[in-house]
Amino acid sequence: MVKFNAKNLNIWFGQIHALKGVNIEIEANEILSVIGPSNSGKTSFLRMLNRLNELHANFRMSGWLEFDREEIKRINVESLRKRVGMVFALPLPLPLSIFENVAYGVRMHGEKNRGKVAGIVEGALKQAYLWDEVKDRLGVSAFKLSGGQQQRLCIARTLAVAPEVILFDEPCSGLDPISTAKVEEAMLRLKKDYTIVLVTNNVKQAARVGDRTAFFLSGELVELDRTQKLFTAPADRRTDGYIRGEFG
Amino acid sequence: MRKLKEFFVERLILICGLASIFFVILIFLFLTKEGLAVFKSVRPLDFLLGRNWYPISEPAQLGILPLIFGSLLVTLGAAVISIPIGVACAVYIAEIAPLKIKEVLKAGIELLAAIPSVVLGFIGMVTLVPWVKTTFHLPTGLTALSGSIILAFMAMPTIVSIAEDALYSVPKSYKEGAFALGATHWQTIYRVLLPAASSGIVAAIMLGIGRVIGETMAVMMITGNAAVIPHSILVSVRTLTATIAAEMGEAVVGSEHYFALFAIGIVLFIISFIINVTADLFLHKRR
Amino acid sequence: MRNTQRSQKIAFFFLFLATLLIVVPVGLIVVIIIQKGLPAINWQFLSDIPRQGMRAGGIFPAIIGTFYLVLGAIIFALPIGLLAAIYLSEYAKDNILNRIIKLAIVNLSGVPSVVYGLFGLALFVVFLRFGASILSGSLTLGIMILPIIVTTSREALESVPQSFREVSLSLGASKWQTIRHIVLPNAIPGILTGTILGLGRAAGETAPILFTVAAFYLPQLPKSIFDQAMALPYHLYVISTQVPNVDEKIRYGTALVLLFLVLFMNLVAIIIRYNFRKKKKW
Repeated sequence: MVKFNAKNLNIWFGQIHALKGVNIEIEANEILSVIGPSNSGKTSFLRMLNRLNELHANFRMSGWLEFDREEIKRINVESLRKRVGMVFALPLPLPLSIFENVAYGVRMHGEKNRGKVAGIVEGALKQAYLWDEVKDRLGVSAFKLSGGQQQRLCIARTLAVAPEVILFDEPCSGLDPISTAKVEEAMLRLKKDYTIVLVTNNVKQAARVGDRTAFFLSGELVELDRTQKLFTAPADRRTDGYIRGEFG
Repeated sequence: MRKLKEFFVERLILICGLASIFFVILIFLFLTKEGLAVFKSVRPLDFLLGRNWYPISEPAQLGILPLIFGSLLVTLGAAVISIPIGVACAVYIAEIAPLKIKEVLKAGIELLAAIPSVVLGFIGMVTLVPWVKTTFHLPTGLTALSGSIILAFMAMPTIVSIAEDALYSVPKSYKEGAFALGATHWQTIYRVLLPAASSGIVAAIMLGIGRVIGETMAVMMITGNAAVIPHSILVSVRTLTATIAAEMGEAVVGSEHYFALFAIGIVLFIISFIINVTADLFLHKRR
Repeated sequence: MRNTQRSQKIAFFFLFLATLLIVVPVGLIVVIIIQKGLPAINWQFLSDIPRQGMRAGGIFPAIIGTFYLVLGAIIFALPIGLLAAIYLSEYAKDNILNRIIKLAIVNLSGVPSVVYGLFGLALFVVFLRFGASILSGSLTLGIMILPIIVTTSREALESVPQSFREVSLSLGASKWQTIRHIVLPNAIPGILTGTILGLGRAAGETAPILFTVAAFYLPQLPKSIFDQAMALPYHLYVISTQVPNVDEKIRYGTALVLLFLVLFMNLVAIIIRYNFRKKKKW
């Protein structure tokens, strides 16, 4: 089943042409890795999928983008973002307690029953492998957690609103190797219930977790293939150069 | 239901966002509504350039030239005092003062800005006015000079804080470049920093002067309020603002005098409008 | 080289001198008022009405009048100012309208206080027939302090990191929910600072209340918002220029109470800001 389908997608921020004629299909329950050097358009692409680019004052787009066979522009933006969650590059807890961070989205979608909220929070924290580390101090500020814990808290926060797709925007860029391994492990287990799009600077990470991998360069989708194929026998010379570290 | 509530809240926010424009227009509208009526009996040019302000004589003479001169003289005096001191203080705070002293100085300047003008006027009355009287052997110390000195203290906080901001926001690289060429700290300040911050400093001076022209209570209390064209800074003067404040209480609503005071209000509004818009342009040029 | 060093020393000395020329008089003013005003301060001075043509007794009605005026001004200006700040920080796009609003705010903050007085007289006292009353005075002061509240609140709102907004929106919260639950709570200290600064300004201003509310002498307290009231700054003006032979002690005492009130509010604002900066979590 196809979750996202983009046809000739172009976007601009003011004068900058950030995505150029991108065609891509994202399957349900796959992990799609998106790689490319900085300013290649990979994050702009990710932020198209939950319409976060629209916060930018001079944003324009053309082409077609649909989610679950519905044109994305016609979906109510709040319900779209509820269905398509996002984990940001840096751990970004809200200035609230651990519990309230996870409960935030749930409450915003109108859930008032305390018991229900608590249940959802516990479930989400367990899914993100954080519950055991924080269950005794749910009331303390989320800023008290370590970087890796904060990032898993952000994952839990995203899971709590029960999305169908999770977008990861370089989720490990600020983390040490051990925390990175934990986050990657969480991603692999989440795959069975969610569709995952992972933007990463780390080529090896893309190879480790991605079912398929997309390579972006200067706003263009250069190549999209099964991860193993793309990393062993890339069709495009530029892909080959990038994964071998010739430019970055 | 939630959608509906948010719709109304966001409409309300938009309305309040526009409120400032609304109030500016409202102020101008009501000033002109009451003020333009005076031009039924006085020609605008006679009003602005008339040399006699006798609003309650029969017939009334409504020339505000002495008041304009009064305002100009006091403002000029205040500018001469406050601009060099204010800019120098801004340079000291921004560049020379050690961090701790800097914080204390900034708090002191904020303190000065917070002192109500009526308190400054009172202090001027009991300390400065007698001093001016004895020093210059005058019949009265209620002079333009006294007004200028007190007003300089009301302009200085504005000048210092905005000029300090302007100096502070000069990119560090300018300064480092000058140092790298072997310039002393002082050379760097007056050859590099001051020119680089000049448009911000101009804005600071303009806003400081704007504050002086609009100041009312302190001037009214210590300039003596004589509505004659001054020939020296050591005589009593009456400013535009003080005239309104002192006479509105006695003017009958709807009388010629009442309209004339509103017309002075229009003049003040236009002056402050010009000063603020120009200063804002200078501030934006910097960015 | 010696020469440039010496000219630097001389220049720095003059800069220092200029700073002293501002700071020392300010210190002197405060010290003189405290020194000469403190002997006048006692319970009777603060709680009694003025007696013997304001040459004796206390200043209680003026304190109460100022309290009502400031309260009224803030009730009017805070909601409008805060919502205007939210508009500018969260909704306004970078266009002409936004530019005009900002210009209008700059202008409001530059309009001379006595012109506010004229405006209040023409609109509230005469046109809307509120008469010289607490209502007229409060509204006039409220419009006057609006730019202070808008500017400081807007700065406070804009200092909340953009990433918090993105996180909240990415979870599917609406724009207003994001403002209400994330942006506003984190901007409260800044908004509070601006509000208190506005209060201080309103408490100290005289010219806007001259023709809109202030009573020369009023032995009883105001009973409703349509009554006239005495006010501290106007009272100080009256006893120092309009009434002959007032004991100097009473003048200084009144000045001290007013100065204390205004500086105390400013101090509170500074402390809130300082603590907030120290505790900032991001």
